[in-house]
Amino acid sequence: MKTLTLRSGAGSSRTSGAIFNTRRLFKLLSWKSWLLPLAFLLVWAQLSARGVFPAYVLPHPLQVWSELAALWSSGALSEHILVTTGRVAAGFLAGTVAATLLGALTGYSRLARELLDPALQAIKAVPSLAWVPLFILWFGIFETSKIILIAVGVFFPVYLNLMAGIRDSDRKLFEVARVYRLNTFDRVFRVLLPGTLPAYFTGLRSGLALGWMFVIAAELMGASQGLGFLMLDGQMTGNPAIIIGALVLFALVGKITDALLTFIAARLLSWQDSFGRIQ
Amino acid sequence: MLAIKNVSKHFVDDTGVDHLAIDNINIQVNQHEIIALVGTSGCGKSTLLRILSGLDSPTTGQVKLNEQSVTEPSSDIAMVFQEPRLMPWLSVTENIRLVLRDLDPDEQDDRIREALEKVNLWKFRNALPRQLSGGMAQRASIARALVRKPSILLLDEPFSALDNFTRAALQDHLIELWADSRFTLIFVTHDVEEAAILADRILVMRGHPGRVYEEIKVELPHPRERSSSELIALKKKVVAALDLSRA
Repeated sequence: MKTLTLRSGAGSSRTSGAIFNTRRLFKLLSWKSWLLPLAFLLVWAQLSARGVFPAYVLPHPLQVWSELAALWSSGALSEHILVTTGRVAAGFLAGTVAATLLGALTGYSRLARELLDPALQAIKAVPSLAWVPLFILWFGIFETSKIILIAVGVFFPVYLNLMAGIRDSDRKLFEVARVYRLNTFDRVFRVLLPGTLPAYFTGLRSGLALGWMFVIAAELMGASQGLGFLMLDGQMTGNPAIIIGALVLFALVGKITDALLTFIAARLLSWQDSFGRIQ
Repeated sequence: MLAIKNVSKHFVDDTGVDHLAIDNINIQVNQHEIIALVGTSGCGKSTLLRILSGLDSPTTGQVKLNEQSVTEPSSDIAMVFQEPRLMPWLSVTENIRLVLRDLDPDEQDDRIREALEKVNLWKFRNALPRQLSGGMAQRASIARALVRKPSILLLDEPFSALDNFTRAALQDHLIELWADSRFTLIFVTHDVEEAAILADRILVMRGHPGRVYEEIKVELPHPRERSSSELIALKKKVVAALDLSRA
């Protein structure tokens, strides 16, 4: 679908449209994207109702719903969601800050790249979960080790994409900056930075996805709160409804945070010809 | 006046071999003159233009504009590249404002309006580059070059990516802009017709190493008729000078 309009002031720093446009946010999740989950839900409900799968293996969706509703009304569920989201947010922030600094450094400076990049690539070759024993030994089993593990997961995609984005940035536009003698501020913020944003956002999205992946690992290795703990709890007490409920919540919260990121990207990258392709 | 004195440029390629891209070029360009640098690819014409713009420096020799040595880009010399090279994230207006940021805002607005009206893009001032056709984008690029009122406008095969009709229209448009103003025009092309329709002087270059082999003075007034017998004769003369059998 192409909605190409000549908005007045498109891309101009002088005009400021509403930052939060709900209709546009909604468009990121069109009704078509609900069709498949809905069909899946119906098939699942039918199979459970007809007893194809026994309730201790695959409980009916309504049973999952009532488990979640009970947890919600006790206040425990929102607590679990907040704790897990908070861990992802903290790890994402820490990983992104580190990756942005190092990615910018190695992207700009050949010396920094030669010094740092091989070592970082070697660290990347270590499967991230292999850090778990060491992190627990160093930082204990509480929040610090979890957040650092998530940050490690977030770091690499952001770092690699930003470095590549800066290195691939259009040499031809720099010549324009040189020939018209732009000052340093304009060179960085009006020529270089906008061009690296698409790659940076690609990195942020992969980083966020990995953050959600790693929070589970972190919570499964020991936690007293969070969605991962909830799943572990469901496993211990033989309650598949809780496990499935937590899975669905992971999918929902993960998708919502990704949609938020995409929404911000859509605002910042509306100038891009190919934006539709990265969604 | 622009003086190119004994300019040579060496390149060392990846294998360490030394190449002489252009060899001992001497050209004098008068104010408001139109010069075409014509040659097959690899003859060093773009290298020469980049040296004139201050983007590259010559290995030996020098370029002087009104007795001042040109060693780096200056606001007196503007360049239009083969591609429009607009910032994709800035509107047409903001792309032009980018080169005016040292002026006060009212002056910026006035200059932007004047430049965009000259190239008939005022209506599209808020469009993003992706919303423009190739010809419109190149016109925006010309507006960006002229908005600082340079005394020399350099163009590196500026219309080669456009279709024939758009190219002819932009050539005519460029001559109108030139006639309205005082700038000197130096352009690189491999299109013989483009050289014939625009230039007061056509410098024919050949490569390995790049040298100016022939200078053809054109006495025809502007605007020139594309199908006139004089123009066809001129084109034949340029083609003969290019000596394509050697290319």
